[in-house]
Amino acid sequence: MRKAFPILGVLTAIFLSYALYLALVVAPREQTMGDVQRIFYYHVPSAWTAFLLFFINFLASVQYLVRRNPSTDKVANWILITVAVVTCIASVVIALVPSLKEAMPKDVEPSAIGTTGVIIAAAYFVIRKFFSVEAVDALAVTTAEVGVVFCTVVLVTGPLWARPVWGIWWTWDVRLTSTLVLWLIYVSYLILRRYSSSGQTPVMAASLAVFGALDVPLVYFSIWIFRTQHPQPVVGGGGSIDPRMLHVLLMNWLAFLCFAYLVCWSRYRLEIMKREVEEAQALQSL
Amino acid sequence: MSAPPGVTLETLRKDIRLEWRSKDAINSMLFFALLVVVVFSFSFDPNAEESRLIAGGLVWVAFLFAAVVALNQTWARELRNQVLDAYRVSPAPANSLFLAKAMGNFIFVSVLEAVMVPLFVVFYKLRVLGPAWQLVPVTVLGTWAIVVNGTFFAAMSLRTRSREIMLPLLLFPITIPALISTVEATTVILVGDPATSAKFWIVLLATYDVMFTIACLALFETVLHAE
Amino acid sequence: MNDPQAPHPQADAIITVTNLVKQFGRFAALRGVTASFPSGRLYGILGDNGAGKTTLLRMLAGLVTPTRGTVTILGSIQPRKICREFGYMAHPSLLYDEMSGMENLRYFARLYGLHDDQRCVEIISAVGLDPTLVRPVGQYSQGMRQRMSLARALLHDPKILLLDEPFSNVDIRSAREMVKLLGHMRDGGKTIFVVTHQASLLDGTASEFIWMDSGQIINRTPDLKFMETA
Repeated sequence: MRKAFPILGVLTAIFLSYALYLALVVAPREQTMGDVQRIFYYHVPSAWTAFLLFFINFLASVQYLVRRNPSTDKVANWILITVAVVTCIASVVIALVPSLKEAMPKDVEPSAIGTTGVIIAAAYFVIRKFFSVEAVDALAVTTAEVGVVFCTVVLVTGPLWARPVWGIWWTWDVRLTSTLVLWLIYVSYLILRRYSSSGQTPVMAASLAVFGALDVPLVYFSIWIFRTQHPQPVVGGGGSIDPRMLHVLLMNWLAFLCFAYLVCWSRYRLEIMKREVEEAQALQSL
Repeated sequence: MSAPPGVTLETLRKDIRLEWRSKDAINSMLFFALLVVVVFSFSFDPNAEESRLIAGGLVWVAFLFAAVVALNQTWARELRNQVLDAYRVSPAPANSLFLAKAMGNFIFVSVLEAVMVPLFVVFYKLRVLGPAWQLVPVTVLGTWAIVVNGTFFAAMSLRTRSREIMLPLLLFPITIPALISTVEATTVILVGDPATSAKFWIVLLATYDVMFTIACLALFETVLHAE
Repeated sequence: MNDPQAPHPQADAIITVTNLVKQFGRFAALRGVTASFPSGRLYGILGDNGAGKTTLLRMLAGLVTPTRGTVTILGSIQPRKICREFGYMAHPSLLYDEMSGMENLRYFARLYGLHDDQRCVEIISAVGLDPTLVRPVGQYSQGMRQRMSLARALLHDPKILLLDEPFSNVDIRSAREMVKLLGHMRDGGKTIFVVTHQASLLDGTASEFIWMDSGQIINRTPDLKFMETA
């Protein structure tokens, strides 16, 4: 990877430029919002990248807490396999039983449940295979830091988009509020990492990440209920998307992912090297 | 055999006895609670109709701030003379310590709330127009939500620099769903509009409490013994 | 009678440490400590500040986990599993200042599942203090406080005692009495580890002296003669 880095760097730069070109020139002009809408191709991929990174951080944190003890490690593995299997079975059952299918929320396909479960389990085992217990903590730091950067981009570009289009800088709708809380939790995670001394940092940070993972869905849900009781202007636009726009969006996301990968790889290497240097310094004979 | 409930109750009794003996902590907390209410009253000075709409938010934010100051104090006692080490080397289970501290904090914060609520009622001329009995589960569940996470994060912040600021930094983002629920529930009960009900928020609060109590109990031992 | 220098008849290792390394950031407190300690002896652990004595003791007590290496106590590699078998004492008193000695001990006894007040009374008397004293521990002299802390460590009659700087700032008379008590307990079969800067206090009572420097054990001697050459 170290040898490949410069080449990949150049390729990513080219890719990002191409994606920018697609976003600014090729993508069709939005009917109601005009050219301002093009920030969407920057805002949405940042959001998806941030969420992906935080998701990896959550899995890495769980692994750090669980893998130090062989019995909890086994239990965790079985739980994940069970989650994958159960969600797949649930998808099939829901799709086959008409009354259950009707009970599902409008936008959710039954197969999505199974896919989500399998992806979570697969991601967990992939991380487990390629990272040792100490390395998993380095992965957690990396994804948290880079994730916070992307999340900041989301929270800044959001208002920049909303102001000219909807006339307000901010609103307390579900997505914005949940993203803000997620950002707050991970900033506090980074502050905790900085302010605690080296022995206990990984354990405490991992615990905080787990708490955060429990918290964000609750925030989403509580704001959703709150907003159904106090309706507010909807921002961000839902609904279907023009296929040409979708193509540009996905290309941008891919470019962002390449960029995020390079940044994460660099940060991760830095963290691993820092730990190695510390250990060498510590064990040096006088 | 040191049965866990015995250790929990014994630790709780010990904490209450210690708190009682060094009354300066309680006195300064009570005065702080009073000051918070007074300051809020100067900052937000609505008339009677408006006060019912915002009182829920004011009261719970005031509780949160008073709780944070109290939570920092209760663990500080275990750091003096490194007494926590004596607990750690004993066979007593970590969760007994956690529950004892959480229950002690719950009592402590409830005392503060009992002082602050009458003051709020007086300063804001509050009257409850909805089913007042529902305020009991809201207060109990809401206080436990702040206290259970607060006790956990206070224990975490013990080993960090800037201990006093770490606790609110960690606690506030995590408490947001509980805060939304308690504020909404309290406002609904105060305003008393028959079309609205606080029942949903109470259920959400209960879910939050159960989830995070389990999370705290599962992770506390790891945090306690992390050097 | 019992010559403290002679090896105890059952000299099997009660504690074994293998390749212990402890790293705090850039600083290594222990750099590979390997030793075995037979039971029934009183060990004095000596060395300069930063030699790793406290870290080693806390690792034996299970308060610090090794970065690498293992600690085996009574056959178990997890000190917390056999925590009933050892008592720990440090330079801070590990007691609540606002409670009396008896109240403190009663609480700690409960943590070990002991509900017997009589035991607390006995142990307080054994260290030379008055069980009926209601004065809070915070108002004790340092000598009294350390003796009460020792009583706390002895409550559950542990096989092993881990004492970290028990004689710091303690008056000479209390210190000598504590050493005499430790000698009696060693003769009764306990294994005792004492980290101290006041090596002379243990001269004549300790079975063995362990010398540490820069995170390693550099020597083990039956007496203090090494100090003059080091």
